[in-house]
Amino acid sequence: MTTRIDTRFAALKAEGRPALVTFTTAGDPDYATSLDILKALPKAGADVIELGMPFSDPMADGPAIQMSGQRALKGGQTLRKTLDMVRAFRATDDETPIVLMGYYNPIYIYGNETFLADAKAAGVDGLIVVDLPPEADDELCIPAMRAGLNFIRLATPTTDDKRLPAVLANTSGFVYYVSILGITGTASPDAVRVAGAVTRIKRHTILPVAVGFGVRTAAQAAAIGRDADGVVVGSAIVSAVAGSLKDGEATEATVGAVTKLVGELAEGVRAARAEAAE
Amino acid sequence: MNVPPPNSFRTGPDERGYFGMFGGRFVAETLMPLILELEKAYRAAKEDPAFKAELQALNTHYTGRPSPLYFAERLTEHLGGAKIYLKREELNHTGSHKINNCLGQILLARSMGKTRIIAETGAGQHGVAAATVCARFGYPCIVYMGATDVERQKPNVFRMKMLGAEVKPVTAGNGTLKDAMNEALRDWVTNVESTYYLIGTAAGPHPYPELVRDFQSVIGDETRAQMLEAEGRLPDAIVACIGGGSNAIGIFHPFLDDHDVKIYGVEAGGHGLDVENGHAASMTGGRPGVLHGNRTYLLQDADGQILEGHSISAGLDYPGVGPEHSWLRDTGRVTYVPATDREALDAFQLLTRIEGIIPALESAHALAYVTKLAPQMGKDETIVVNLSGRGDKDVFTVAQHLGMDI
Repeated sequence: MTTRIDTRFAALKAEGRPALVTFTTAGDPDYATSLDILKALPKAGADVIELGMPFSDPMADGPAIQMSGQRALKGGQTLRKTLDMVRAFRATDDETPIVLMGYYNPIYIYGNETFLADAKAAGVDGLIVVDLPPEADDELCIPAMRAGLNFIRLATPTTDDKRLPAVLANTSGFVYYVSILGITGTASPDAVRVAGAVTRIKRHTILPVAVGFGVRTAAQAAAIGRDADGVVVGSAIVSAVAGSLKDGEATEATVGAVTKLVGELAEGVRAARAEAAE
Repeated sequence: MNVPPPNSFRTGPDERGYFGMFGGRFVAETLMPLILELEKAYRAAKEDPAFKAELQALNTHYTGRPSPLYFAERLTEHLGGAKIYLKREELNHTGSHKINNCLGQILLARSMGKTRIIAETGAGQHGVAAATVCARFGYPCIVYMGATDVERQKPNVFRMKMLGAEVKPVTAGNGTLKDAMNEALRDWVTNVESTYYLIGTAAGPHPYPELVRDFQSVIGDETRAQMLEAEGRLPDAIVACIGGGSNAIGIFHPFLDDHDVKIYGVEAGGHGLDVENGHAASMTGGRPGVLHGNRTYLLQDADGQILEGHSISAGLDYPGVGPEHSWLRDTGRVTYVPATDREALDAFQLLTRIEGIIPALESAHALAYVTKLAPQMGKDETIVVNLSGRGDKDVFTVAQHLGMDI
C-alpha cells in the first residue's frame, strides 16, 4: 500500500529537502475559517498537513494547543465535522497528505471500524493517536493498516534502543520524533541532540523521520531540517490563529496570519540542506 | 453491558493490565518506559519481605491501624433493620483512607530512586495525605488542584502548605479534579526522569489500579478478621462510596469471592441522574471510554468529549471510575447505585446527631444508601459501611447548604 504520505516524502527526498509538516486544529476558531486555513496551507508551503481532532482533555499538549482545541469545541466541532472538513479539502487537493492527530476516546466512541472506513473515504492518509502506545496496537493501529491508513507512531527521548523496535514494528508513513521531554509548544529542541536521535532511529527503520514539539521559527526549522526528513510545527501556528482573533472570533487577518508564518517556515525548511551544503 | 462471571473475581488484572475489557495502559510514549519500570518495581516490592514489614510498621505506628470496626448501635436502632458496623477509616492519621495508599507508594518511589513527588487532588484529602508522606520521607511535593477546588477546600490547601507541599491551582478546563489530573500528567511527561506520580485513586494506567487496590486492601482484610471476631461470620452486605473508587475497592476486594456477601458501591447522584451534567455517577449514568490511561465508564457526550461531573462532594465529582469497578459492574458482582446530594446531606446529619461521628460528605453517600438498605434486611443480618473519611473539611459546605451561619 502506497499512501499520499509515502509519495510526498519520496518526492521531497528526490528534491533534497525536508518536509514542512503543519499542525492546525480542525474547527479552530470555527468550521469555515478552519477549512479556509486548511485549503490555503499547501500553497503557503505545507508539505504534509496534520489536522488536530479536538479533545476535552489533551493530556500531552501545552497551553497553545489546549486553547486551540477548546476554541474548536466551543465552536461546535465534532469528529464527524472533522471528517467533513477533510472531504471538502480533498475536493480541491488530491495530493497533499492529511494526518489526523488527537486522542483515542472520540475515535473509540465514534466506533473504530466505522471511523477507519469513514476516514479513508474522506481522504485521510494517516493517524497519530497520542494515547495509543504499541502495547495497544490491536486497538486501532493494526485495523488502521488493514483499512489502508498509515499509523504514525511517536518516538521520544525516553524510547531507548531496546524499546525502539517495538515502537517501530507497526509504524508506517513516517516516524514522529518528539524532540523534548514534555508537552507540545513548551521547550525548544536542541538541534545537536535531535540530530543524534534521528540518526539513532534511522538505524532501526527506513521510514522518514519527522521532528516536532517546540519548533517555532524558520531558523529552528532549518536547523532541525538538516537531519530530519520532516519538521513539524504546531503550537506556533495555532498561536498565530489565536493572535489574529477578536473577542474569540475569526477576523479577516486570521487565514493570512497562518499563511504568513507557514510561508516563513517553508523558506526555513528549503534553506535547511542548502545551508548544510555550503 | 453484561459479561459472564469468572471463576474468581480476585485474579485481575491480567498481565497487560486488563480487568475484562477495562483498564490497560493508554498513555503517551514518553511515559510508557516509566510505567513499565514502575510495574517492575512494584512486582519486586510485592515479593520483598522488608518492603512489607516497613509498610506494616508504618500502618501500625504512623497511621494507627488497624482502624476500629464499630457497632453503630443507635443508627441500627434508628433504622430498625440489619446491624450496622462502621469501618472507621476516618480515624486514620490525616483523617481518611488516603494515607494507606500514600505510604505504600512513597516506599515505591524511594525504591525507584525518584527525587520529586507530584499528586493530583480534588477535595484535598489525597493531597494532604501525599504532602504528609512527603514530609515524613523528606521529598519535595507538588500537588495539582483545580482552581475551583482550591477555592472551596481552603482548609485542606492550608494543611498541604503547612506540610511543605507546593499547591498549584489548575485553571485549564473547569478547574476540577480531571483538569488537575491532566496537569499532573503533563508535569510527569516533562519531568519523567526525576518524578514519581503518586496517583490518589485506583485508576490511571496499569499498574496503578492494581497497586492502589493492594495498598487499600488492608481495609477489607482487617474488616474480615474484625467481623469474624465480632459476629463469628462474614457480613451480609458491604457498602462504600465511589469517586475513583479506592476506598471501595480496598474494602470490597478481600470479599469478592465470598458470594454470600452482597456488595454495594454508591456513586454521586448529584442533583439526580436525569439532570444533564448534574451528577458524577459514571457507572450508572455513563458509558465505557478511554481517559487518563485506562478504559473505564466515563461521563461523556456523543462525540466522546469528557463531561464535568457534579457532586456536593469534591472528592466524588470525577467523570470516571477505577477500571476494576467497571468490570465488577459488568460482571454483576457489585451493585452500583447513586445517592443524591440531598440524600448525602441527610445521612451526614443523621450520623452526626445520633452517633456523634461527623462523616466526610463522600462517606455520607454510602451511609445514604445504608438508610435505604438496612430497613429491608433482617435484624439478624449485618452491614459494614466503609467510613472512608471524617467530615471536618465539609462543615462549611454543609452549613452553606443548610443555610446555617458559622
